[in-house]
Amino acid sequence: MHGDSGDRFELHRWLYRTMFTIRTVEERLARSFMAGLIHGACHTYVGEEAVATGVCAGLTDDDAVFSTHRGHGHALAKGVSPAALIAELYGRETGVSHGRGGSMHLFAPEIGLMGTSGIVGPCILQAAGAGYSAKLLESGRVGVAFFGDGAVGNGAFHEGLNLAAIYDLPVLFICENNLYATEVPFSHASRNPDVASRASGYGIPGVMVDGNDVLAVHEAAIEALRRARAGEGPTLIEAKTYRTRPHAEGMGLTGVYRTEEEVAEWREKDPISRFRRRILSEETMTESDLDRIESDIRNEVDEAEREAAAAPWPDGGTAPSHVYRETT
Amino acid sequence: MTERTFTEAAREALSDAMDADPTIFVVGEGAGERGGNFETTAGLYEKHGPVRLCDTPICERGFIGMCTGAAMTGTRPVVDFMFTDFILDGLGELINQTSKMQYMSNGRLKMPMVLRGCIGIGHSAATHHSGSYYPLFVHIPGFRVALPSNPADAKGLFATALRSEDPVFFMEHRHLLNLKGPVPEGEHRVPFGQAAVAREGTDATVVALTVMVHHALQIAEELSSEGISLEIIDPRTVAPLDTETILESVRKTGRLLIVDETFMPCGIGAEISAHVTEHGFDELDAPIKRLNGAHVPTPYSPSLEQAVIPDRTSIEQAVRELLAE
Ligand SMILES: Cc1ncc(C[n+]2csc(CCOP(=O)(O)OP(=O)(O)O)c2C)c(N)n1
Repeated sequence: MHGDSGDRFELHRWLYRTMFTIRTVEERLARSFMAGLIHGACHTYVGEEAVATGVCAGLTDDDAVFSTHRGHGHALAKGVSPAALIAELYGRETGVSHGRGGSMHLFAPEIGLMGTSGIVGPCILQAAGAGYSAKLLESGRVGVAFFGDGAVGNGAFHEGLNLAAIYDLPVLFICENNLYATEVPFSHASRNPDVASRASGYGIPGVMVDGNDVLAVHEAAIEALRRARAGEGPTLIEAKTYRTRPHAEGMGLTGVYRTEEEVAEWREKDPISRFRRRILSEETMTESDLDRIESDIRNEVDEAEREAAAAPWPDGGTAPSHVYRETT
Repeated sequence: MTERTFTEAAREALSDAMDADPTIFVVGEGAGERGGNFETTAGLYEKHGPVRLCDTPICERGFIGMCTGAAMTGTRPVVDFMFTDFILDGLGELINQTSKMQYMSNGRLKMPMVLRGCIGIGHSAATHHSGSYYPLFVHIPGFRVALPSNPADAKGLFATALRSEDPVFFMEHRHLLNLKGPVPEGEHRVPFGQAAVAREGTDATVVALTVMVHHALQIAEELSSEGISLEIIDPRTVAPLDTETILESVRKTGRLLIVDETFMPCGIGAEISAHVTEHGFDELDAPIKRLNGAHVPTPYSPSLEQAVIPDRTSIEQAVRELLAE
């Protein structure tokens, strides 16, 4: 947890480091994809870093995050190392899922990353389940679901929010509304452009935040976490944001669905440079502090990439293991 | 031993397990104060309260997904579906999520989840309340499937399911729910993957599942007066499937009939038949025979319903044909 200490300097430092790490890893992965080093799909989180970062700053390793196909940012913000993430996309034994998953199946339950997912929707239900465990065990843990606007029309959204609401489960539902599902505008998928307003249909609070303002996201998350831990039930947070890379690497940046101008406008609202300006105006860090952080992270990610590229492949003979916990 | 109905026996296993393990909770429509549509949880709400006996809205996909997340985070959900047909609303969750979590997490997550529901044709329940569907789950890596045929096994298999770290389907044939039989008192567990030889014999092997075990036993009794000796095998679990006990029996009898109420294509009979052909071809004195429910949605009218399930007449006929080969 990085948000509760009340140390604004430490918080800003963590938020900046985390956002910059996500950006650097994603840009590195995009190059690796072009170079053919990634064997499957790769959906990057560029432009949306403030959401995972602002939320995860309030979580402990015990809080359980359930993520999406666009989950690298959630994994990194939850504490997965760049080396373990890159190695997984490279299909290596040292990957966070030991090569069983790739980009859309990142698992690190020991630090509360309960999986990214290739299926849109189920994370919402599973986060409610983590909330149910927390309630039964009185563990104080919180379940967190990240999902896109594309999941809002899915039955899992309705069922998950309703279940969490009726049982007062400690859950955060974080909708990353980046306006498009693959290349389909949210306006084609919903009559109601606001996701947060749906919360009232379930009798729970719905909060809309600027998803490119990491402090705004963090503040909303802290209040939702307080509610959750106090037994007051779930909160729906809609973070309005935008991805400034293609839906997946190898696809077009624009197309029938959006224009170059729109992408350029959103790049102006980039969450990292925006937070950088904020830090400098609040004087929690200096230019040279920030530059040092950036160069450290660049080195760290370069090193992580080299490590991943040199890591061994998983032994094919282990492919059948872990289907069952018990042998019969 | 005490006399118990099938449902009472399973409930005893649940009650004992809930006393011993505070992480177990049950969800279902009416699983709470109502005590379950089939009295599967009767009396437990009074003892354990609403968090452990949880009434749900009618959202099968939702509570399967929720329970998947719960099983990933340290509790042990039991999902009570009433009818197995309703599981189908959550197939995506089960097959894409529940069954794969252990594997995708490289063995770091457990999936201790029990899915129970009533199966089987009868009672003019028609096609939305008569399904069994267990071959679907046998096909998927990651699941266990238990099919008890009597009260003692209902208790013993449910007790094992409630301690399993893998997701288990526990399927209860509607015709058996009120069946009475002797049940061991206290702790009683039946391990998965161990078939029961329900009757020993030498002329032919009949593998039968759930309610068909009872029909097969009756036919065996009747035919014994003609000097025909049938061996009846009840697999008890179909994932894992105890193929060794079946092969051993075929080595003795040389003839095999598989009787299953569910559909024939890609079914349990097909699986057993393929296995015996691959590993016991030389032991066979006749082609393997399968007897299944008709490959149609289940009709309503008693006369139609009767026509789509194996019964004692069709089992007897199949046995005679097998012996005549
Ligand atoms: C159930 C399901 N249907 C379809 C897909 C294919 N698919 C992958 S990502 C995606 C769009 C998701 O959009 P959104 O949820 O808004 O997330 P974003 O990609 O914008 O982050 C689709 C349709 C899927 N993964 N799962």
